[in-house]
Amino acid sequence: MGELIIHIIVPIVIFGFIALFTLFAVYAERKIAGFVQDRLGPMETGKYGLLQTVADILKLIQKEFITPSVADKILFALAPIIIFIAVFIGFSVMPWGPDVLPANTNTGLFFIMAVVAIDAIGILMAGWGSNNKYSLLGSIRAIAQMVSYEIPVGLALISAVMITQTLNLNDIAFNQGIWANEDIYFLGIWNVTDIGGILAWNIFQTPHLLVVYAIFFIATLAECNRAPFDIPEAESELIGGFHTEYGGIRFAFIFLAEYAMMFLVAMLGVVIFLGGWNTPLPNIGGLKLADWTTGIYWGIFWTFVKSLTIVGIQMWIRWTLPRFRADQLMNLCWKIMIPIAFVCMAISGLWRILVMV
Amino acid sequence: MILKTTIQGFTTAVKGLLLTIRHLFAARQKREVVDIRQDAYFDQKEGVTTVQFPKEKMPIPEVARYQLDVEIDDCIVCDLCAKACPVDCITIEAVKSPEAIGKTSDGSVKRLYAAQFDIDMAKCMYCGLCTVVCPTECITMTDQYDRSTTKLTDLIYGFADMTDEEIAQRKEEWTRFQAEKEAAKKK
Repeated sequence: MGELIIHIIVPIVIFGFIALFTLFAVYAERKIAGFVQDRLGPMETGKYGLLQTVADILKLIQKEFITPSVADKILFALAPIIIFIAVFIGFSVMPWGPDVLPANTNTGLFFIMAVVAIDAIGILMAGWGSNNKYSLLGSIRAIAQMVSYEIPVGLALISAVMITQTLNLNDIAFNQGIWANEDIYFLGIWNVTDIGGILAWNIFQTPHLLVVYAIFFIATLAECNRAPFDIPEAESELIGGFHTEYGGIRFAFIFLAEYAMMFLVAMLGVVIFLGGWNTPLPNIGGLKLADWTTGIYWGIFWTFVKSLTIVGIQMWIRWTLPRFRADQLMNLCWKIMIPIAFVCMAISGLWRILVMV
Repeated sequence: MILKTTIQGFTTAVKGLLLTIRHLFAARQKREVVDIRQDAYFDQKEGVTTVQFPKEKMPIPEVARYQLDVEIDDCIVCDLCAKACPVDCITIEAVKSPEAIGKTSDGSVKRLYAAQFDIDMAKCMYCGLCTVVCPTECITMTDQYDRSTTKLTDLIYGFADMTDEEIAQRKEEWTRFQAEKEAAKKK
């Protein structure tokens, strides 16, 4: 019985976190957009516009459900739920701290890749169900983009998994700090198991994982349909893309899914490449910084800080780079990132055989 | 070829990212609101440019292309402004007077009463042609630009200061004068 209650409470807590994060992230996004463009962003609702997103969500909740008369009613109503649930389930295997994760599975990474791919089906349902040419165009673009970019993401993750030798996200996070079960070598030469900190992160275990992380980061930007890869919802040509016809709470859920996806991929990158919940501070001689800043609460803190930093970088990129054209997008994916990812995968294999033995 | 464009793409992306982050951190300070006529106007290159309008305002020239104002005492009711107006937003109705009414401040003789002098600011396109043609310079543009209302007719500004009785009286005076003149002609 007690276990059942925990199984109910944990998703609610995660949902609450996603909702709060979305409120915060939308505000942060608008402020960053403002500052980057020498504007102020929201200023009127509350002090410095702090209540702006709360007011927005209150407005969205109050709105009525509008279904276009020629829409496919079932698909139309189902799509936002599927889009959100696909992302939401992804959080079930993410480690927040040492052994702090909803489900400790040996196939965690594989599971995430599988469920996040369902997102694409939800978007197709939204576009098709709306029975609107702009929505359909948007969702066609979204599918083409998400299916293509799944490949570099997968290859990047395989390259990393070849080094970590496990798909269990909890173990992957454990093996990047002072609590590791195996020896960690900085760039394959220097044993940093006791030093920990930033030196023990996966990204520094081999030189090519830096490139792999860059590929992973760019490809996940495309996965969550963020600028500069936001052609599925290109406002200037497609109005709102696949969510053109949505309003009220349904739109809120699509929006929630987008921001949850941002956080999910940022956190996935953090867990696999950037040390997960491990501290970035290394032990320096008698200064045991890594020992002092490792623990459950520190772990959760570091996960937050790192993930939010990555989310911040995603926003920074969004407000800098213009949108890709559809063919440029495909060029980047198939002609540049996939070959590089394959090369990195080969290097990972060789590295495993020749250097780590 | 692909390699070259890729490298170029990444370097330009990095350049852009550095530019935006400079602006992000420069947004800690705010640009002062400076009059555009000052020499130092273009010296401020960093910081937030937003002018939060109702709370702070940009300095504007005293007389610029903003709302019109009419000094009705100086008006000789020549109707030139109404004729010059490209959008016909000025409506003038004149009542003739038997003798000169008085003089304007620049010495022109007034021979007509302005029974009606309405400017519809909702139609006005702020071209300023009426102020150019005015012989006594009684119609001018002011520095007032912030006027919003829920009723469109509130934007019709009436400048005539005659009451209805006065207008009726002046009209009657003129008809009597005309009649007297007719009568004199007949004799």
